[in-house]
Amino acid sequence: MARFYPFPAAVPMPLFLIRRILATLPVLAIVALIVFLMLRLAPGDPAAAILGDNASSEAMKNVRTQLGLEQSIPVQFFQWSARLLSGDLGESYFLKQSVAGLIAQRIEPTLSLAALTLVVTVLIAVPLGVVAAWRHGGWLDRALMGFSVLGFSIPAFVIGYVLIWAVSLKLGWLPVQGYARLEEGLGPWLRHLVLPAITLSIIYVALIARVTRAAVAEALTEDYVRTARSKGISEARVLVRHALVNAAVPIVTVIGIGIALLIGGVVVTETVFAIPGLGQLTVDAVLSRDYPLIQAITLFFSFIYVLINLLVDLSYLLLDPRIRY
Amino acid sequence: MFRSPFARASCAALLALAAVTASAQDTSKVLRMVPQTDLKILDPIWTTAFVTRDHGYMVYDTLFGVNVGGQPQPQMVDKYTASADAKVWNFTLRKGLVFHDGKPVTAADVVASLNRWGQRDSLGQRMLAAMDKMEAVGDDAFRMTFKQPFGLVLEALSKPSGSPAFIMPKRVADTPADKQIDDYTGSGPYVFKKDEFRPGEKVVYLKHKGYVPRSDSPSGTAGGKHVYVDRVEWIILKDAQTQSNAITSGEVDLLSWMPPEHYSTLRTNPKLETVQPTFAGSYYLHLNHHIPPFDNPKIAKAAVLAVNQEALLRGQMVFRDLYRTCATIYPCNSPLATQPKWYTGKPKFEEARQLLKEAGYDGTPIVLMHPADFTLLNKLPPVMAQLLQQAGFKVELQSMDWPTLLMRRAKKDPVDKGGWNAFMTGWGGSDTLNPMFFAPLTGNGEKGWFGWNKDDRLEALKGAFTASTDAAERKRLAAEIQERALETGLFAPLGETNNLTVIRRGVVSGVLLAPVNVFWNIKKN
Repeated sequence: MARFYPFPAAVPMPLFLIRRILATLPVLAIVALIVFLMLRLAPGDPAAAILGDNASSEAMKNVRTQLGLEQSIPVQFFQWSARLLSGDLGESYFLKQSVAGLIAQRIEPTLSLAALTLVVTVLIAVPLGVVAAWRHGGWLDRALMGFSVLGFSIPAFVIGYVLIWAVSLKLGWLPVQGYARLEEGLGPWLRHLVLPAITLSIIYVALIARVTRAAVAEALTEDYVRTARSKGISEARVLVRHALVNAAVPIVTVIGIGIALLIGGVVVTETVFAIPGLGQLTVDAVLSRDYPLIQAITLFFSFIYVLINLLVDLSYLLLDPRIRY
Repeated sequence: MFRSPFARASCAALLALAAVTASAQDTSKVLRMVPQTDLKILDPIWTTAFVTRDHGYMVYDTLFGVNVGGQPQPQMVDKYTASADAKVWNFTLRKGLVFHDGKPVTAADVVASLNRWGQRDSLGQRMLAAMDKMEAVGDDAFRMTFKQPFGLVLEALSKPSGSPAFIMPKRVADTPADKQIDDYTGSGPYVFKKDEFRPGEKVVYLKHKGYVPRSDSPSGTAGGKHVYVDRVEWIILKDAQTQSNAITSGEVDLLSWMPPEHYSTLRTNPKLETVQPTFAGSYYLHLNHHIPPFDNPKIAKAAVLAVNQEALLRGQMVFRDLYRTCATIYPCNSPLATQPKWYTGKPKFEEARQLLKEAGYDGTPIVLMHPADFTLLNKLPPVMAQLLQQAGFKVELQSMDWPTLLMRRAKKDPVDKGGWNAFMTGWGGSDTLNPMFFAPLTGNGEKGWFGWNKDDRLEALKGAFTASTDAAERKRLAAEIQERALETGLFAPLGETNNLTVIRRGVVSGVLLAPVNVFWNIKKN
């Protein structure tokens, strides 16, 4: 039955939260260590990238000394960790700006794109999955699932370029590239995000629709659904208030994974549409070996993933009263 | 009408979408352009990156510029004199030069700027080393006194690339040369808007209303630098297709470097026009003379003889409009260019094999580094590997990304310990105009540029070039330097490329031909 039980859970919620937060610390520490070591051991020299082709090897050596790269790896790690513990993420080798400030600059485009993509995705994928499950095995189910396979088979940049060609270049309805900040107005902000959000949502719709279909199809075979139908409840209500709600746990799990990927892994779409988000910042930092930026961004993403996992786990408590921590 | 909340929300979203800036903003005085790459470092003295140099030309001015003939011309300087022995140089600044903060440009600013520049730039270092003193002799006049004749003062002060001698306020130029500046006040035709700078996204410049251009016509980096727009926005677009889409749709007005793979689409678009804004760039094969086998000049020369410029350039640039073969180490048609005596840019495999036999080449594979991610270069090494094999070399082509190549290039170790034998890269026309500008043209061994060529004769020729004040003598010396470089296999020129700029036809005009990309004189209708 779809009823919500209020707290208390098996473990008091504050204690649960504290435990989960404390559990993130060793995760972040290990991530920090691995990323730091991988960067120092991988080939590539930030000094060479900073100074350009005309620079002498002596000039590069001086820059490496300035950046502290001539010191031993343990010393470098110790210095960086000490700054990190005091809340200082460091300064970009190239941009001479604080890493925290650079991440803050890029957060809005990334979150905007992620949020709009998520809204579009959920609004399309969940109803599609429910309908497919309701008409399980029928032509509608097969058609929808066929489209979903197509959706996550086609690379994002192909979808993006096709949409740009059709909607921007041929019809002239929407811009080809760029991002307009919210402070410039809701209209420009939306105009610049529609095509990238549709590009990304096609892939996520495909994925979430399939998961929704499978979960709802299983829920529809349960006794409580048969009971609800025999009580004369309308089919729509059965689907939404009984089947979908009870199938929500795996759907929310996949949505949570999708959010994490949207925040950190949409560099291709950001490149195609020239959206100055965190994905582009990450790739630029890696290609130019901007160690402080790479390290900070990786830690930031790790923290986001952990946070999203926590929120998803908390949502289970609301969705399924049988779950207790 | 709309009962469901979903329908109401959708309608509101659509209305918001429709409520876009329909008109309101006048865009006619804003030039939106895509620079060659992302601008990250803002100090053009501290780094030699081309995009930072281009930024420098927006914000700063130089004492001398270079016209389209490659000749130095006064820019910030009004008058100058040189003693007969080229040891004492006097300069007077033009009237009315002001920085972006309204303060006048003084000789003290110039002296401080040149001191900082001279500590970073190779030609500047030579100049300061040869100098006895440099001093302000008034608010608008300064003097250089040399210990020995230095004939390249004007070339040094007008040097268009590497690190041009940009003039900054004294307070900024007093920043130690090994640190980056954080105050971007200049006296150039544009003002850098630091508060609107978003790395990876946008760079903004405003017209410097206090700038007083010279009265002569613009030519290269010299002449009158007139600004006809109020604002310039550098829009950072990294993807070639996105660049092409943006200019096709009119969202940007100018692509500074046309992506070659889109040449056929862009040139046939009636709304667009391609122009050549800079002297042709060129590619080079660089060899490591520090370790075997290229420490043997005969083997190095054999590699030079393997070059087939047409094949290499065709493979990289594809379209014949975008390249031309050119055997000289200087830009073809530039003042110092002469035809080499034996190097033609066409392969001479028999001769190469003969040299290898004479030198006793033992078949050790040559490690040729291949920057697989660098689209402007990545097709050259596979073709070069094939040519070297035809010449009798064994070749190992090692793929890596560009930052790894830059790191590995700095290693002097043998190949089996992470070293290298050869790599290829491109240079702007302004970098190779003059033997003193061209960093790889060096013979001072381990203190020199990567490859660490040791050649006292080459250094002596460069010294003579620096001391000479006679144009004909310099041309003769430049030719001799060229022969020396090719004969010892220092490097091999691989021909020239045209980096075209794309503009919106009928909307943008006035793009100047210069040694580097410059953005004054441009009009937008």
